[in-house]
Amino acid sequence: MLLSLILIPFISAILSFLITNNSLRRLLLVISPIIHFILVLLIYFTQISSGNIPELQGGWISLDPLGFFFLAITSALFMVTSFYAIGYLKKENKGAKKDFESKYLFYNAPEAIFTGCLFLFLGTMTLVTVSQHFGLLWVAVEATTLATAPLIYFHRHHRSLEATWKYLLICSVGIALALLGNFFLAVASIKATPHLIVSDLLNNAEKLNILWLKTAFIFIFVGYGTKMGLAPFHTWLPDAHSESPSLVSALLSGTLLNCAFLAILRMHQIFVAAGIETFSQELFIIFGLLSMFVAAVFIIGQTDYKRMLAYSSIEHMGIISLGVGLGGIGIFGALLHALNHSFTKSMLFLVAGNILSHIKTKSIIDIKGIAKTLPVSGFLWVAGGLAITGSPPFGMFISKFTILKASITNGNWIITSVFLFLLIAIFTGFTQIIFKMSQGHGKNIEAKEDKLSIIPPVILCIVIFILGIMLPDELEKIIKSAQIILEGQK
Amino acid sequence: METYIEIIMIILIICNLWLLAASRIKQCIYLVAFQGAMLGLLPFFQTGHGILPRTFIIVTGITLIKGFVFPILLTKALKDVKVKAEVEPLVSHSVSMIIGIFALIISLWLDERLQLPLTIESELIIPLSYFTIFVGLFLTVTRKKAITQVLGYITLENGIFAFGVSILSEHPWLVEMGILLDVFVAVFIMGIMVFYIEKEFDHIDADKLAHLRDWKIHKNKLFSWDIYHSEAEEESK
Repeated sequence: MLLSLILIPFISAILSFLITNNSLRRLLLVISPIIHFILVLLIYFTQISSGNIPELQGGWISLDPLGFFFLAITSALFMVTSFYAIGYLKKENKGAKKDFESKYLFYNAPEAIFTGCLFLFLGTMTLVTVSQHFGLLWVAVEATTLATAPLIYFHRHHRSLEATWKYLLICSVGIALALLGNFFLAVASIKATPHLIVSDLLNNAEKLNILWLKTAFIFIFVGYGTKMGLAPFHTWLPDAHSESPSLVSALLSGTLLNCAFLAILRMHQIFVAAGIETFSQELFIIFGLLSMFVAAVFIIGQTDYKRMLAYSSIEHMGIISLGVGLGGIGIFGALLHALNHSFTKSMLFLVAGNILSHIKTKSIIDIKGIAKTLPVSGFLWVAGGLAITGSPPFGMFISKFTILKASITNGNWIITSVFLFLLIAIFTGFTQIIFKMSQGHGKNIEAKEDKLSIIPPVILCIVIFILGIMLPDELEKIIKSAQIILEGQK
Repeated sequence: METYIEIIMIILIICNLWLLAASRIKQCIYLVAFQGAMLGLLPFFQTGHGILPRTFIIVTGITLIKGFVFPILLTKALKDVKVKAEVEPLVSHSVSMIIGIFALIISLWLDERLQLPLTIESELIIPLSYFTIFVGLFLTVTRKKAITQVLGYITLENGIFAFGVSILSEHPWLVEMGILLDVFVAVFIMGIMVFYIEKEFDHIDADKLAHLRDWKIHKNKLFSWDIYHSEAEEESK
């Protein structure tokens, strides 16, 4: 079952490169993610919920609760956005388009390539979540970069080209450093185990060479941190998120950043087992707060709403990193926050896509009154804005509160006060922009909102609302067991 | 076998310093290719366990891709885009050379500080792989053209490969092939991107890729709200 889970996206990718009929390919784009999601659920209920861990290749590939948690987010989000993708591709299908910023004409990439790369993206992310071997993990993370580069360059104009180039080069160099980190890890484990398999390393953690292990962590942290969008390695992120099609931004923010974080967490697991977790926790806290600071600086007074959302992703990656750094209940909060952030941010990006396609500008000051002109998107925009800044009754309130609680129980008042201050600053900057865009009288828009572009964000909005009121038992169980993995069995 | 490795290492130093001084893009492409092919031969001399069939496959794969496929791909990209043949560095060649020599010294010092917990065939490999990584990073940052940034990336990857191959004799070859495939596809996509950048911008200077930024304080009205305001002004007139 695990093997078919990995293979389905890759087979779908090959099929969508081969199929010439557009409607047939779109049908595949809907069906294949649904099958993927059903398989994920099946694996959970048949194996993981009863404590089994499905394995392949002698432990190289296996799905522990931590990996499963991120896989489930990825698969669910991909399923929801694939519906949005159908509507989007119908609209963007043929002919030259006028670039609304520079007024030039441009073409889109062929739909077959776009769909195929979407599937490759899903496949490589699935591979990231199931990899237990550090080498394989590296291959999978680098492959996600390569699969997403053509997605960002869907609109073939100069801005998206610039974004793609920065993304490709910065992430490739970053991930190359992570490869060096992997080799350092191999040096560190030379007396412990010949293979870089997570469970082997955990079992022989006391034999690891501490100096080389720390060096390895720094390189892996910088490498995958680049991909995750932690400041100061985040520079590709706002460009790529603002220039790619909105559904791609939604997937990048909601799933890819999480997957990169999972790669760092695997390393953290080994640190916990080796008993030197204070080293990695300090790094998590410092870079988490730094990311929040950078995001706050750029969100306040931001002029482009997609860039604002991108900086907000940097902020939330910072919060998640901080939560893991604080340890204890902070880890629970961080994982819950990752889930909430994925759903909320994807919804906001999808809504941003709707706004962009109707009003045709990304500049905040040109937009007014979308609450009236685009009733559903406008409502979702405000709801999402409140949700992402951590207002009740949405899920993010609970996860942020949990992390805050962890930082208070941790007893370091500097961290708590900086964290609270940055949260307030970002809340002010973000809500100001959200309300500026939704209130007032805007130009009337003739075209109605398309159903396929509305239903996916509405579903996501309902999910984050439910997560704000209650935490389903099964979900709590998964997060708890993932937390145990990250804290180590002591 | 150690002598062969040391010959390769000397070639590596010369290649790195030459890369820093080289003024023609084509020359850089050949240098990086030669360096890659030489490093590809390294597993042959890592004779801890004799030459296995898989060593043969890896050596052939790496030498073919780094020594032949990359230069062919990049020279083709270079021919297609019709740019000036000079490298155009942001830091002059002579300063680059001096920085390169400092990088070499720092690499040797770093190797002293970070003692390897194992013995390897030649002690030179580790510091020189650091040196190559430094040079690769330096080239990526200080060279203007997109294509030279790709060359910097390949150099960086060569350095990392040299480190990896010297410590891992028992690395699973599936992973090694996966890494090679990823790097190959990365360079392939970058090559295509270079072509698109030329088509879109009429040049491949990566420093002119500067439209996307946060605070756009510019005199010329290039950005969305400037256009908006100027349009609004025109309308009001």
